[in-house]
Amino acid sequence: MTTQKIQQEIIKEFGGSAKDWLKKYGQLMKLGKTLPSAEEAHKIEDNLVKGCQVRTWYGSTFKDGKVFYKIDSLSLIIKGAVVLLLRVLNGRTPEEIKNTELYFIDQTGLRELFSPVKANSLWKVINRMQTDAANYGAKRNK
Amino acid sequence: MNKTDKPQPVELNIKRIRKDFPILKERIYGRRLVYFDNGATTQKPKVVIEAINKAHRQYNSNVHRGIHFLSSQMTDMYEVARARVQRFINAPSPQEIIFTSGVTASINLVAYSFCEAYLKKNDEIIVSEMEHHSNLVPWQIACDKKGARLRAIPFNDRGELLLEEYKKLLNSKTKLVAVTHVSNSLGTINPIKEIIALAHAKNIPVLIDGAQAIQHELIDVQDLDCDFYAFSGHKVYGPTGTGVLYGKERWLNDLPPYQSGGDMIDRVSFERTTYNDLPFKFEAGTPNYIGAVGLGEALEYLSGLGLENVRAYEKKLLDYATAKLAEIDGLKVYGTAKNKVAIFSFLMDGLHPYDVGTLLDRLGIAVRTGHHCTHPLWAHYGTEGSIRSSLVFYNTFKEIDYLCEALRQIQKMSK
Repeated sequence: MTTQKIQQEIIKEFGGSAKDWLKKYGQLMKLGKTLPSAEEAHKIEDNLVKGCQVRTWYGSTFKDGKVFYKIDSLSLIIKGAVVLLLRVLNGRTPEEIKNTELYFIDQTGLRELFSPVKANSLWKVINRMQTDAANYGAKRNK
Repeated sequence: MNKTDKPQPVELNIKRIRKDFPILKERIYGRRLVYFDNGATTQKPKVVIEAINKAHRQYNSNVHRGIHFLSSQMTDMYEVARARVQRFINAPSPQEIIFTSGVTASINLVAYSFCEAYLKKNDEIIVSEMEHHSNLVPWQIACDKKGARLRAIPFNDRGELLLEEYKKLLNSKTKLVAVTHVSNSLGTINPIKEIIALAHAKNIPVLIDGAQAIQHELIDVQDLDCDFYAFSGHKVYGPTGTGVLYGKERWLNDLPPYQSGGDMIDRVSFERTTYNDLPFKFEAGTPNYIGAVGLGEALEYLSGLGLENVRAYEKKLLDYATAKLAEIDGLKVYGTAKNKVAIFSFLMDGLHPYDVGTLLDRLGIAVRTGHHCTHPLWAHYGTEGSIRSSLVFYNTFKEIDYLCEALRQIQKMSK
């Protein structure tokens, strides 16, 4: 499925106005519970996303031309958002990731739920997902 | 006056008092604000806001040495504020009141000046395991600089300092004891009078971090006999950027200045500089005189309500919230000392404080989440922090009910 289609799916699932924030947080928390926990060996200082209120661990690998992410967090809300990000970006090529504008964040109203100050973990995770993909792509093309 | 003559607390009219605080009328995400983050900063009554406004509009002029009308008037106002602080904590003289930018600056001043003058290699400074980082890191830096050692008084799981351990820590190498009056994370009111007396029995001076006590407790520095008492203005209904260091005159006279510049000097030449008298020796540069006026007003406001009355009402809030929070399954309160203020640190099963804080915020309830600048304290409990709800006299029983209702709703959402 294309990243486009997946984002459309997410927008449908998270439809509704900003007033439904309670429902949206609830959905995120439920989704968060489905994120497989990273093994303890992954939860090391080096993998922590720096400068976050919530301990969030990040890692990525590049295999067969595709990028795979391993992300975990102590926050169910952040984990829920990570589930959505993985649905869109995990196992994609660097080009696909580069060409994917993550518009679902705005169209679902999720951006409003993650103000930059409060949830900097999430924005930092997104940034690292995109940067890693670009680096893998650049390395491969060398 | 003997104990039986002690005036009984008068019941405060909270509904009317709340009208003194304009911000309490604000709506957050369409809901009436429930402000339970008073440990971080307290809200300001109208009289404080107006005093600051008026000082800017009518009196602003740099204090001291000005011969013109406004400067002399502003100087008077600044010194009246100092006298108000002196009265509020019952300090013997106004020279012992140093205005600073906050408790952090007050403690740094002593950590620098005291340690510069008296701390030597292999000496020891005692803090406690429940200190806010601002009453820990400055001492750690001073100790590192001098090759001295920082010791810490441990506490039990209820959040009470172990005085027997403290007694063992006091020794001939101890140069100073720096302890918090009230724990910002747990709410414990420490037995500082006893802590001070034990140190004094060995001629060791004591600094008390009063950041979380000044807004709840009656402070009498003469009765406590502390050598230094530090607090911030913004935590006692005054403006941010204001703070106080009370120090016994003999210490303040002996200590070298912390910062240097204008106002703190007597005579300056390229050969040598002599310093100004107290308190100005420790107030280099233009002070936050308008902030000080606001702080003075805040203390007058609080005195007007009566600290005893405030304490009595806050105790009721403490008891009510303690009982209500205990009814919530899967919620654990950290800090259950016998003697505490209305600060509640808690965790909920399966929920990260960040998630709880985020949802409470959306429900209009302002709390603080995280480590509250007390890493060693949370290490004691093997956790990284909590959700902290800190109440003062303008909070209500109804707000506590609403908090509990909101917490139950959040629990349901996470199931």
